[in-house]
Amino acid sequence: MTAGLLIAIVAAPIVAAIISVLIRVNHVGEYVNLGAAAVCLCVALMLAFTRDGPREFLHGYVLVDALGAWTLVCTAVVYFLASIYAVGYMRLLPEEHDRLPQFYALFALFAATMVCGPLMNNIGVYWIAIELTTLVSTFLVGFEKGQEAIEAAWKYIIVVSAGISLALLGTVLFYWAGSLVIGPTYDITWDALRHAAPQMNPALTQMAFLLVLVGYGTKAGLAPMHTWLPDAHSEGPAPVSAMLSGALLNTAMLGVARFLTITDAASSSLLPRTVLVGFGAFSLFVAALFIVRQRGIKRLMAYSSVEHMGVLAMGFGFGGPLAIAAVLYHMLNHSLNKSLMFFGAGNVMRLFGTKDIDEIRGVWTRFPVTGSLWLAGAVAITGAPPFGLFLSEFTLMRAGLATPNAWAVYVLLVLLIVIFIGFLNHFRLMYFAAPALQQNTSRPQEATLPGAEGGEVLPATVVSSIRPSLWMTVPMWLALLPVFILGIWWPQGLWHFFEMVATDLGGSSR
Amino acid sequence: MLLAHLSPLAASLFSLLAIGSLLLAFVMLGSRWLKDYLLAFTAEAWLIALLSGTVGYYGNYHELYYIAVLTAVFRGMLLPYLIWRIIVRLEVERELHVVLQPSSSLVLGALLVLFAFVISNHLGNVLGFGGTVVVLALTVMLSMKLIGFLMLAVRQEAISQVLGLLILENGIFLGSQILVPGMPMLIELVLLFDLLVIVVCFGVLVRYLVAQVGSTSSRELRRLVG
Repeated sequence: MTAGLLIAIVAAPIVAAIISVLIRVNHVGEYVNLGAAAVCLCVALMLAFTRDGPREFLHGYVLVDALGAWTLVCTAVVYFLASIYAVGYMRLLPEEHDRLPQFYALFALFAATMVCGPLMNNIGVYWIAIELTTLVSTFLVGFEKGQEAIEAAWKYIIVVSAGISLALLGTVLFYWAGSLVIGPTYDITWDALRHAAPQMNPALTQMAFLLVLVGYGTKAGLAPMHTWLPDAHSEGPAPVSAMLSGALLNTAMLGVARFLTITDAASSSLLPRTVLVGFGAFSLFVAALFIVRQRGIKRLMAYSSVEHMGVLAMGFGFGGPLAIAAVLYHMLNHSLNKSLMFFGAGNVMRLFGTKDIDEIRGVWTRFPVTGSLWLAGAVAITGAPPFGLFLSEFTLMRAGLATPNAWAVYVLLVLLIVIFIGFLNHFRLMYFAAPALQQNTSRPQEATLPGAEGGEVLPATVVSSIRPSLWMTVPMWLALLPVFILGIWWPQGLWHFFEMVATDLGGSSR
Repeated sequence: MLLAHLSPLAASLFSLLAIGSLLLAFVMLGSRWLKDYLLAFTAEAWLIALLSGTVGYYGNYHELYYIAVLTAVFRGMLLPYLIWRIIVRLEVERELHVVLQPSSSLVLGALLVLFAFVISNHLGNVLGFGGTVVVLALTVMLSMKLIGFLMLAVRQEAISQVLGLLILENGIFLGSQILVPGMPMLIELVLLFDLLVIVVCFGVLVRYLVAQVGSTSSRELRRLVG
């Protein structure tokens, strides 16, 4: 049963990619991709629900455990929402019309590689899955082929490949440390290392962990290795940005969490956890600085992703059942909420024809539906009640206070407040500020005064002809409602699920 | 473990090959000509293939012979050929803008090797392998890593950056042949395949770079900031 589900979740996107390459019809690509996303979502939910202890498949190369299943759910949710959104969004790009089948093929392949990551039981193969996500998504980031898009794609592949090669070095050192205990040849699975860890040399294990942390931290967008992230997220098409932010970063963070259990078993030193918490705090700090003074709308969202990855890193660094529960809850809420934010940013970008915050004014009056949903999302993503991220961040702080790294909680609190003010200030300007820079772009051109038409008339008329289609607003509803529901009601079943994850992660409460 | 009781001949052979690879990394660091980089990279790949074979012979790991052949074919022939094609198509012969003179980068590289040695020596002593080939393997692995990062930082031609990344990988591969010769073959196979995919991806990206940016120097890539 589970084996069949596993085949389905990996095969569905791959089949979709093959079909959309073979039958080069735009609509086929759209619907096949959407179908694959629906299959992935159903299977991921079933895997999460019908779980009874970690199970291995395919000679121990595939692992289904609670943490992996949860990450899969987050990935599949984002993939599903982004697939719906992509239908509407990509139709608004007339210049890419001929290459849409290519886009959907890459999109589905990207999803397939991300689904593979959390399922890999062999650490080496996990590394390869993560590397493959980079290679596929590079072409999605550079899909629009403008100068900026290619620049972003180039930076992305160079920075992430270089970073992740450190993770490979760490993996080899972990293998070496294990081989001194187990013997020269063994399958380097998470479990094998965890069992061997108590006899492994603590110094070597710590060094290997730090290398792995920097490596996968690059992929997860932790500062100061985050430099590729704002570029890649702002230059890719909006559905791709949502996938990068809501799904990809989690799959890399999962690796860090699993390696942490190995170092925990190897030594009682607090160093690895403190370093992880430190990276988290620094990510929040960098994100806060750049959010306050940001000018690009999608870059704003990208730095918010750096912030939330910092929160996740902090949570994993705190450890213990409560923090693990908070982190996993945060992961799902962030995936939903960040998709919503990128969808909204994509809509606004298309409608106003600019990425510049200064040129976007009067969102609410002109686009009431998109505007309201996006504003609600903005309030939610900064961690305000009554949305899910408030609950998870609050729980995380409570858990963190009981650990030796309690200092980080105060840092987190201050920086979250700074980010709250900085982030929502941009939204205040976009929604309520008088259009200061270009008087004539924000109101219908026919009504303006005689001498007012300048060079800006043309974009404004283009703007008013585009309306967000249902394809573009429905996924926003679908993302916002769960975030709201999860904000007022933390289901009891989830607690049990998170407790299972915490025991899998050796929930030694510290 | 293999390394604990090596014959002196085997140990010196391993050391010779590892140090040879490190020297070739320095050749790359000290030159400005892209063709030199490529030649040095190719030679390094052949040395690593030789090392795999030697480790396989002295350690009785027969699957390492296959790895040696595959390394020679993939890293020593196919990858250089692919990169050579990119270089020919680009008509770029050398680094045009030098951030750091080759001589200064050599000095910096030497300092990095020293740093790598200090770490490896400490680690070797902790693990009880002080003074053996393990320390050397760790040193070469870490210093090739650091030199690769240095190249990524001071070189701006797209091809140099790709080669810098490949040196990072070479360093890991070389170290793993000595430290963990028993690593399952599947992993190494997939790694080789992965390398191939990386280079193909870079080939495509470089073509886009030329078409869109009109240059392959990362100096031109500075529009996205903040």
